[in-house]
Amino acid sequence: MSDSELKKTSLFDAHVASGARMVPFGGWDMPVQYPAGIIAESRAVREGSGIFDVSHMGRIEFTGPGAVAFLDTVLSAHVAELKPGRSKYHMICNQEGGIIDDAIVYRLEEDRCLLVVNAANAKADLSWITPKAEAFGGVVWKDITAETGMIALQGPKSVELADSLSGVSASGIRRFRIGEINVAGVPCLAARTGYTGEDGFELMPAGDDLEELWNALKEAGSAECGLGARDVLRLEAGLMLHGNDMTVDNNPYEAGLGWTIKLEKPDYIPGVALGRIAASETPRTIAGFRMKGRAIPRQGMDILQGGKPVGEVTSGTHSPTLDADIGMGYVPRQLADVGTEIQIDVRGRHVEAEIVELPFYKRS
Amino acid sequence: MNPENLKYSKEHEWARVEGSTVVVGITQFAAEQLGDVVYVDLPEAGSDIEQFGKFGEIESVKTVSDLFSPVGGKIVEVNDSVKDSPEKVNEDTYGEGWLLKIEISDPGQLDALMDAAGYESLTAE
Repeated sequence: MSDSELKKTSLFDAHVASGARMVPFGGWDMPVQYPAGIIAESRAVREGSGIFDVSHMGRIEFTGPGAVAFLDTVLSAHVAELKPGRSKYHMICNQEGGIIDDAIVYRLEEDRCLLVVNAANAKADLSWITPKAEAFGGVVWKDITAETGMIALQGPKSVELADSLSGVSASGIRRFRIGEINVAGVPCLAARTGYTGEDGFELMPAGDDLEELWNALKEAGSAECGLGARDVLRLEAGLMLHGNDMTVDNNPYEAGLGWTIKLEKPDYIPGVALGRIAASETPRTIAGFRMKGRAIPRQGMDILQGGKPVGEVTSGTHSPTLDADIGMGYVPRQLADVGTEIQIDVRGRHVEAEIVELPFYKRS
Repeated sequence: MNPENLKYSKEHEWARVEGSTVVVGITQFAAEQLGDVVYVDLPEAGSDIEQFGKFGEIESVKTVSDLFSPVGGKIVEVNDSVKDSPEKVNEDTYGEGWLLKIEISDPGQLDALMDAAGYESLTAE
């Protein structure tokens, strides 16, 4: 895809003016880092608060008397059991149980839901879901990505900061819930969710108000953070990235995401296939590892044991929070126990590593 | 932003001539492209290096890159302090972030390098 075909969020000019380095990501031109750099941005989120432009993420609204019943046929969450104002992290799986995407569904009202999906998968999600919605009936869907924006405000100080800009209404929204509040005078949907392992919000204003909200959060002291820091933070928190740690060729059970699958509901399209996979242990599983030697594991590197390849790294980074090199990848189940010694093939060098528990980092 | 008194290679390394010794490092442009440097792998002092030969690796949170020497000769000193404090490469790449000192085998090699203006136009592309 050439740069001219890349989509831009309405904060694009603001990012460039801040000195951000822009990179293509999921069909969008997005900031990977600001001049402060990935390590400083990650630290801001672990110790204070940081803001991320995540307007590239797909936002699709489903309304109508059939909306909830329909979503229960395609999403792995049990949406009918969600009370309005609550959300669920879940998988969108194909007929065979392969993971098309991971997503969050917010039940906004009795008959209105918001689905937030990965930018890179939005097209695949829509082409899987929308023909089924039309056939199901009673549900209207609308892609509201372009007309809205989304800012993730994350970090231990983010609730206090959001409260100071919202007349203390932000903290009234509890974990995994969503509400409509004004932040710095900007009306937005505020969800107490995120992708960093910290407390915080994902704020969804109208697209036209995005820059006003961004500037207000920045002026209140939140640090601008790019996709580089986002990747470090989510990996430290043991959160999977679709496209890296799971693809359509993986099922949720081997990806350690079986807990997001609700099979006890009627007419769930991948239900039969997933039920079959769930009945026995998958031969491979995702595992986290920590390097013993100094080397950063990267996606695609071989995981070895006794010189023989046993798997592949799906994500890896240097963790500034832990001051360690960490990664994830699929290994045969018998090699996934904590403490198992493995090696990573780092450009021909076999560097010692050890299977450790996920997440790597848990907030206190 | 690139000092006038240095020579530059296409591989984004700089060379500063101090008599028969040449101090080598990576450019500001390269440091910015890499982002936060986490590891710098450098050779031992005493070894020989060819002009434009690979002498090590530099790795940031995001990516890894080979290091190529702008001049050839004998490596007489290695900046071990950047191994422990790799952030020096980001903070002061033309000063404390230097990497090698090389006893240049043939000063004529310097002609194959660019001046600051030439390097500027390379990175402006």
